[in-house]
Amino acid sequence: MKDISMHILDILQNSVSAKAKNISLVIDEDIKENRLIVVIEDDGRGMNPQQAERVIDPFFTTRTTRKVGLGIPLFKHSAQQSGGDLRILSAPGKGTTVTAEFILDNIDRPPLGDVANVFVLTLSSNPDIEFKFRYIFNKNEYTFDTVEVKEALEDVSLNEPSVILALTEMISENIKNLKN
Amino acid sequence: MNKIKSIDDLRKMKKDLEFGMNIREKSNSPESLVQIRVAMATCGIASGAREVMNAMIEKIEKDKIPAVVTQGGCMGYCYAEPTVEVKVPGKDPVVFGYVSPKVAVEILEKYVLNGELIEGIIPTNYQSINQ
Repeated sequence: MKDISMHILDILQNSVSAKAKNISLVIDEDIKENRLIVVIEDDGRGMNPQQAERVIDPFFTTRTTRKVGLGIPLFKHSAQQSGGDLRILSAPGKGTTVTAEFILDNIDRPPLGDVANVFVLTLSSNPDIEFKFRYIFNKNEYTFDTVEVKEALEDVSLNEPSVILALTEMISENIKNLKN
Repeated sequence: MNKIKSIDDLRKMKKDLEFGMNIREKSNSPESLVQIRVAMATCGIASGAREVMNAMIEKIEKDKIPAVVTQGGCMGYCYAEPTVEVKVPGKDPVVFGYVSPKVAVEILEKYVLNGELIEGIIPTNYQSINQ
């Protein structure tokens, strides 16, 4: 994986596969505290403690199309190689929260990448799921909620290409403003 | 067009978005849209599926092609990622493997718009490891 946003795209897919109705992504970047935290939370089917423990094993997967599940192990490896770690909290029927923490100035930390793009690609493919996104930069934050977007767009579908491009631009601009 | 920064801007540009939709749907009812699924599991993402999906969305938007692109899961063709499944109304789905952004545009121009088959089709008799 070239950057952190690709891991995010991957873990968001896990939430979609877990039949979540609500998925939230939080990115908390704090220069003073020298950390970058990524939290992906869903209300999908969740896992029991044994399963939650095994998802960090690359040879465990609930898929039937192949015998390996590399999403979580790769994300954990990426966090650990840059001085951080990854934690999973999950309960059957309640959902799963994946938290990855990175040391911001660690030389091995991958770049964050285009988070707006991966987030919008995922929400556009799953218009029945509600997505929330919070980007916190040095305690200032930007929030995005598909409930508001759907209300504004009314009958225009989220998978309309012009909507995908518009939403990506909107989130990117707000992140850029937050950082400047 | 001005940059979209807020939900209000989005509301204002809704008319333009609807205009684009009308162009695409005038000659094609919504059910006749071509369905494109880009496999977006770990194997696909690591191989460049995101870039493929972005290229297709941009091309569809630019040329108002009557198609909709969504993400799919792993189809078991990890060796050939990024893979793209294209379902043209009235035809069987076709899966293309080793798709780059350039090939993605070629799929739209040649296969979707002109029905011309291009290299990289995964045969339907391929069986994944658990089948």
